[in-house]
Amino acid sequence: MGDGSSLEAPSRGKARVGSASWLDALLVLCAVVSGGMTLLVAGFVARESTRVLWVVGLSRWFTDPSWHPASGLFNALPMVVGTLLTSMLALVLAVPAGVLSAAWARWVAPAWARGPYRALVALLAGIPSVVYGLWGLTVLVPAIARVQAPGSSLLAGALVLALMVVPTIALFAESALASVPAPLLQGAAALGLGPWATLRGVALPAARPGLVAAVTLGAGRAVGETMALLMVAGNVVELPGSVFDPVRTLAANIALEMAYATADHRSALFATGSGLLVIVALLVLVADRAQRARA
Amino acid sequence: MTGTLRDRAYQAAASASALFLLLGLGAVLIDTFAAALPRLDLDFVRLPPSDAGRAGGVGPIIVSTLCILGVALAAAVPPALGAGVFLAELGGRLARPVRLSLEVLAGVPSIVFGLFGNAFFCKVLGLGFSILSGGLTLACMVLPILVKATEEGVRAVPSEYRLGAAALGLSRGSYLWRIGLPQAMPLVVTGLVLGVGRALAETAALIFTSGYVDRWPESLHDSGRALSIHVYDLAMNVPGGDASAHASAAVLVLAILGVNAVVAALGRWVRTR
Repeated sequence: MGDGSSLEAPSRGKARVGSASWLDALLVLCAVVSGGMTLLVAGFVARESTRVLWVVGLSRWFTDPSWHPASGLFNALPMVVGTLLTSMLALVLAVPAGVLSAAWARWVAPAWARGPYRALVALLAGIPSVVYGLWGLTVLVPAIARVQAPGSSLLAGALVLALMVVPTIALFAESALASVPAPLLQGAAALGLGPWATLRGVALPAARPGLVAAVTLGAGRAVGETMALLMVAGNVVELPGSVFDPVRTLAANIALEMAYATADHRSALFATGSGLLVIVALLVLVADRAQRARA
Repeated sequence: MTGTLRDRAYQAAASASALFLLLGLGAVLIDTFAAALPRLDLDFVRLPPSDAGRAGGVGPIIVSTLCILGVALAAAVPPALGAGVFLAELGGRLARPVRLSLEVLAGVPSIVFGLFGNAFFCKVLGLGFSILSGGLTLACMVLPILVKATEEGVRAVPSEYRLGAAALGLSRGSYLWRIGLPQAMPLVVTGLVLGVGRALAETAALIFTSGYVDRWPESLHDSGRALSIHVYDLAMNVPGGDASAHASAAVLVLAILGVNAVVAALGRWVRTR
């Protein structure tokens, strides 16, 4: 684009055309390979799903009597509900916590605390999900079991998941708040608005595109999370009656059953994987739109 | 009056949220290390596991993890450098779809990468459960991080350098080789280290690609168990494996802390340069 044009003139020289064009071709090839990976991943997962989709169609995923894919029964509804409930509960906890702690870092915290805070959040975002899962399994689940057995539950899953997505949301929310133009904030100060009125009336509306992106990316992380939920949510394929009941998510189900699944069963797991892929791709596109609306 | 009350409530809530993050991190780290201490010593990182991991150490598992990491970086870095330079320098009509596609790839759940790796690398390419399959699957996962870092690094080169290069009649190739890439290197390396962190943390994508075998790997075609999978297996499938699970998790967290420290140091270096 504009940036590269300053080099356009010299590369038009006779001796250099050759070298520049093989280099350009190589760069384009790299870009196509990298960009094409998404299609390769989606294509292969979709290809492996077709086998069962021809047989089962779409509606039986919600109307079959149970989930016994080896015997031809494909009711995935309890797992769809389990995935949605854990993700939504986690977001209900994580979105306010993430946005508020981002606001804290920008406007409430003393200046010296900002650097360490950012390092802390980055560290939290980098801790492996098995470590969160192990902590949930050995600390959180027994604690919940003391209130109501069995402990491995929708609640445990949502709490661990919330802890995991807060850093993602906090990081993106902070950069969204940082992008609020200074004159807006100065105007708010000149009008005598207090910190809360400034946040609610000025900063949050101005940062909304970035905040939408933060929440959708957090949601994408929550929907796809596998290991932590596999370890703490109980993995029972039933609709939960309360937050203390165990649930199984779609991602955890793939990890659990892939080891022994064959034929239609294996294909069914790929089909649920395709479903996850579609949901996450939609969330990313929403985030992308929101961020482009800002620019 | 109500204004100041609300302000105080907001400031208290914001501080409480930040404190919640601090406490959450503290709880996870302290509980993990406290439970790990009895098992954590030099032998633990040197010896092979015995009795399904209850005794012994994680020596071969660390080696397998490093091999998987090496394969992932070797496969992902060259195309990522090319694609990053393309996005920063050439752009054009191809740039937007490539960028969007990489954004989607960055959001793909790791378990879906696991499915893909199992179908493509293990079955179609015939690599089976191996360090190679696991590493190539992780390469797809870290690709978006590396491309983004390269693009930002090349973009951050001051425009005077580019103008100077153009004035001297440098070709795009020699500009990139002598000025652009060396200048971009700190950000590229930061991206590389972030990618290593992501790859180290990964579990779900590796279960069905690099496999479960916990012996010393002899070649890249052997199955090799990654550290994160070892933690999962000990916690879920081995009764009495909790202490070893925590010790392995502590080794993993220490590695990630090291990676974070490198990122922070690089960040400081970039700013002070």
